Amino acid sequence: MVNRMLKLSNVNSYYGEVQVLKDLSMEVNQGEIVTLIGANAAGKSTLISCISRTVTSFDGEIEFEGTRIDRLRPDQVVDHGLIQVPEGRLLFPKLTVRENLELGAYSKRSRSNRKERLEYVYNILPKMKERANQMAGSLSGGEAQMCAIGRGLMADPKLLMFDEPSLGLAPIVVLEIMELIKRIRNEGMTVLLVEQNVRQSLKLADRAYVIENGRILMEGNGRDLLNSNEVKKAYLGI
Amino acid sequence: MEQILQVLISGILSGGIYALASVGLALIFGVVGLVNFAHGEYLMLAMYFAYWLYNMAGMDPYQSLLINLAIMAVVGYITFKVIMERVLDSDHSIQMLLTLALSMVLQNLALMLWKADYRNIRIDITNDTMNLGFLTLNTPRVLAFIIAIGASVLLYLYLQKTFTGAAMRAISQNGKAAQLMGINIKKTYGLAFVIGTTLVGLAGLLLSPIYPAYPTVGASFSTLAFIVVVLGGLSSVPGAIVGGLLIGVIESFAGYFAGAAYQQAAYFLLFILVLIFKPNGLFGRS
Repeated sequence: MVNRMLKLSNVNSYYGEVQVLKDLSMEVNQGEIVTLIGANAAGKSTLISCISRTVTSFDGEIEFEGTRIDRLRPDQVVDHGLIQVPEGRLLFPKLTVRENLELGAYSKRSRSNRKERLEYVYNILPKMKERANQMAGSLSGGEAQMCAIGRGLMADPKLLMFDEPSLGLAPIVVLEIMELIKRIRNEGMTVLLVEQNVRQSLKLADRAYVIENGRILMEGNGRDLLNSNEVKKAYLGI
Repeated sequence: MEQILQVLISGILSGGIYALASVGLALIFGVVGLVNFAHGEYLMLAMYFAYWLYNMAGMDPYQSLLINLAIMAVVGYITFKVIMERVLDSDHSIQMLLTLALSMVLQNLALMLWKADYRNIRIDITNDTMNLGFLTLNTPRVLAFIIAIGASVLLYLYLQKTFTGAAMRAISQNGKAAQLMGINIKKTYGLAFVIGTTLVGLAGLLLSPIYPAYPTVGASFSTLAFIVVVLGGLSSVPGAIVGGLLIGVIESFAGYFAGAAYQQAAYFLLFILVLIFKPNGLFGRS
C-alpha cells in the first residue's frame, strides 16, 4: 500500500510576467527517491522553492501528509519535517561547521534533540566532526555539500529535498553524494532530488519526472526513463 | 602628561556611551538590513521618560532604569509591528525615507508634547567625582561607561553564545538559508529591532543625569551612531564598540587641542578619510 507523502496539484508559478510552472502536478510516496530532471531554467528549482514557500507567487495546491501547506511560512513548512538542502549549499560562511549544523535543528521538531541529531550527523559524516570548529566558508565544494546535507539531516526530516547537490563537484564526489542520498533513504527518509546530472539521478531514483518549460513532460520508473529514447536523446546526448 | 591621560580617559568614558548608542544600529542593520535614521530618537524618548519618571514619581534614572527599559522595548516593538514590518521587503530608499520621516515625526511630537526646553535631571550624583590617583572622574560618567560597555559586551556574548544569537548571525549572512532552517525571520527581525532600540534607549538613560533632554537631542546621536557603525564595518557589533571608543577619544583630544568647536569636525574628518581609504570600515573586510 503506497502512502502518499507530498502531492502537488495544478501548480502555476510566475516570475513577474513569465509563467515558470504550468499546471504542474506530481507526487512523492513515503520511502521513495523521486527525481526531477530537466534542462536549466526548466522550473525545477522554482518548484522546490514553492514547496518550501520561499517562493510565494504561485497558485494550486500542495499537500504534505494530507495537510495543505501552500499557505504556510517557510519555517512552518520546516516544522512539518519537509526540509530543503538548497542549490549552491547556502551555508553560513562566517559560522563554524558546528554552528551551521546546529542551526539545522532550529525548528520546534528537532530543537530539543539537537545533541542527538548532531551525534547522528557526525556518525554519518565523520568529516564534519573533524571540521566542526572551522568556518563553513573555508570548506571545499564537496565538504560544503556534505555540511549542507548534514544541516538538512539535523532537522529530523521526513522528506528531504535536494536541489542540485552535485553542482560543481568532481565526479568522484558526486558518486559519494549519491551514495549518501541512498543511505538517507535507507534510514527511512523520503527523498525528492532535483538534478542536472541525469544519468546518476535516474540510476538512483525509484521514480522520475522529466520537466520541460515548466510542464511535466514524462514520468516513470527511473530505469525505464534511463533507457527511453527521448531521455537519451535530450539529456544524455546519446 | 597627566592632563593628556585625563583627556584620554574622558574620551574613553564618552566613547562607552557612543558604543552603546551604536551597537543597536549595527545589529538592526546587520540582521534586519534596515537603515534606521530614527535610531537616535529612541535615545531622546528614553531621556524624556527618565525625566518624567524623575519629576512625577521621584525616581532617579538609576531607580527607574528597568521600568524605562521595559517601556523602550514596548515602544520598539510597536514601531516594528506598525511600521517597519511593512517595509522589510521594500527598497533601501523607501526604508530610508520612512525612517527619516519617523525621526521627524518623533522629534516634532516631542516638541509639541514637551516643548523645546532643556530638561535637566539634577540629582545628588550628578556632580559627584571620584579620584583615581591624580585622575578626577565624574561619577555618573564612570557609571555610564561601565554599564554601557557591560551591555554592549553582553549583546556580543548573546550573539556569539546563544542559539537565538546564532540565528541572528545566520540571518545576517543568508536570509533565505535561515528560513530553510526553520527560523521565523520576521520574528527574529522584530527581536533584533527591539534589542536595538532598547540598547540605544539605555544609552539615553545613562546620559540623563549629565545631559539635558530636548526634542532634537537624538539627531546628533543618530549621526554619531552612523559614523561609528561605518567605522566598525557596518554590521559588526564588536566593530561598533571599538568605533564608539575611538570616536570618544578623538572627540576628546580634538576638544583639548583645537577647542570644542572642532570636536565634531574631527570625527567627520576621520569618517571621510575612512570612506575614501577603507570604505569597508576600519575592521571590515572587502
